[in-house]
Amino acid sequence: MKRWLKIYLEKPELAGIVFLVLLTIVFQIQTDGIFLSPQNVQGILGILPEMAMVAIGVTLLMICGEFDLSVGSVFALTPMIMAVLIESGTPFILAFPAGLLAAALVGFTNGALTIRFNIPSFITTLGMLFVARSITVVISGGFPPFLPADALPKELFTHYVGPGDMFRMSFFWFLAIAILASLLLSRTNFGNWVRATGGFLPAARSMGIPTARVKIACFMICSVLAGFAGTIQVMRLGAPLPSIGEGLELQAVAAAVIGGTALTGGVGTILGGIIGATLIRVIDNGLVLSQVDANWFKLAIGSLTIFAVVVNAWLRSKAKAMKVET
Amino acid sequence: MPEPIIRFQDVHKWYSGVHALKGVTLDIYPNEALGLVGDNGAGKSTLINILSGTESRSSGEITLEGKPINFATPRQAMDRGIETIYQYNSMVPSMSIARNMFIGREPLKMSIGGIGWLDQERMRSESVSAIADVDLHLRSPDAIVGELSGGQRQGVAIARAMHFKSKVMILDEPTNHISVKETQKVIGFVRSLKDQSITSVFISHNMHHVFDCCDRVVAMRLGEIVMDKRIEETSIEEVSNIL
Repeated sequence: MKRWLKIYLEKPELAGIVFLVLLTIVFQIQTDGIFLSPQNVQGILGILPEMAMVAIGVTLLMICGEFDLSVGSVFALTPMIMAVLIESGTPFILAFPAGLLAAALVGFTNGALTIRFNIPSFITTLGMLFVARSITVVISGGFPPFLPADALPKELFTHYVGPGDMFRMSFFWFLAIAILASLLLSRTNFGNWVRATGGFLPAARSMGIPTARVKIACFMICSVLAGFAGTIQVMRLGAPLPSIGEGLELQAVAAAVIGGTALTGGVGTILGGIIGATLIRVIDNGLVLSQVDANWFKLAIGSLTIFAVVVNAWLRSKAKAMKVET
Repeated sequence: MPEPIIRFQDVHKWYSGVHALKGVTLDIYPNEALGLVGDNGAGKSTLINILSGTESRSSGEITLEGKPINFATPRQAMDRGIETIYQYNSMVPSMSIARNMFIGREPLKMSIGGIGWLDQERMRSESVSAIADVDLHLRSPDAIVGELSGGQRQGVAIARAMHFKSKVMILDEPTNHISVKETQKVIGFVRSLKDQSITSVFISHNMHHVFDCCDRVVAMRLGEIVMDKRIEETSIEEVSNIL
């Protein structure tokens, strides 16, 4: 028992990796080799970065012991602010950071409200989900603003590159962010504070960690990543729809949990969040290719999430029993 | 008699109408092991929280090595060499020993604005030597603290405090939630502090534990010190009767 718990605490993403490999094999057989064909892999990798970057932020925040349900709305708000500014004549070089700044502000507000009034972030960010979505629709004026084709540097974000046009540029942004976030969490003192804050708040406090600032920083990173991911989706689609990212918050939480992040904080890895996001995309794609009714998608993700949480909770209760064990 | 390392002079604390400390005056001498006993609500936790920076006093004066102190945060107290070990809340169970040893005081290879790259080699090697210094035998600094027994965890907490060269160690009920066998170990740790020239304040409900490892016992009741004697001048019965 202790051995399993140790494996879970040290490599929480392991189960997700095993499951990802198994599913890939199943889909590959089921689709007679279409699943891993270059064309299909190109399709999966082309849209994976958007959700995976949101999952990275949500995972980091969950490890810090908090939730963010507003990421789906920030995903739409950020590019909308950028688009509205561009439409009114602001150059991309200013409009783009303005959008990200708005995302950072949303994150700061989420964090500051949660900490100042000591309320569950689940509720704070649920409110922010509606607020940010509403602002998005209002500033769009009901119609998505028109974005001239040459207004966005798509070659930097969404163009295809690499052998056989295998990757979009967004994949490299995602890769860079994933590596930076992983290093931040595992190799810096800030990462140590995040884990301590989420792992056991009283201990982190008594050891002098500025837990409020650590949490607010994580809220802000999470929001900015969601905003950046949304901006990339808008560049890919070419139009800033006010409805993008709906339901994304729950998929991101599901990705984090499937990747082994504990709901109670302290345990999890960035890689786990990415594995979870990949699994969700793979299930989505694989079900379609296997010609299964696409409505089974949510059932698959839902069951997987519940399964992951049950295993998670069980291991957690064992960990808790060990905490007071003598 | 040497100069006291810590001096409380007429320290008061009010909590919205409750007079929790009624003018406590207490000298703690260097390298002394002081046992602080008293019933729940006697004021011992309040007194200790003020010293460790988690609460502020209402009035009175506290000096450390002759200089007045007034800590706003536990970190300020730690930086001045006052380390507190709580029942079980100074370790993060989901993190490794090496990471727990250095929470908030991580050695960095390089940093910008206080955030930087961990020196993990140093964290590992220094944890190993710090743990060995308190005669604790643990397999690896990468072991998860959640796997350790309660006594081992207190051992790591004490090793951590010693590693950071604390002058005064406050042990707030360190033997709670720990088995009898493990308790002996923790008491052994407290005794060994003397050899390291560390002053300790040991808070406990259990009179036997206090008499096992302290030089002097101070009893509190209703916010006041009601007894202050050397261990050899008193007995468990006498202290129990006063409380």
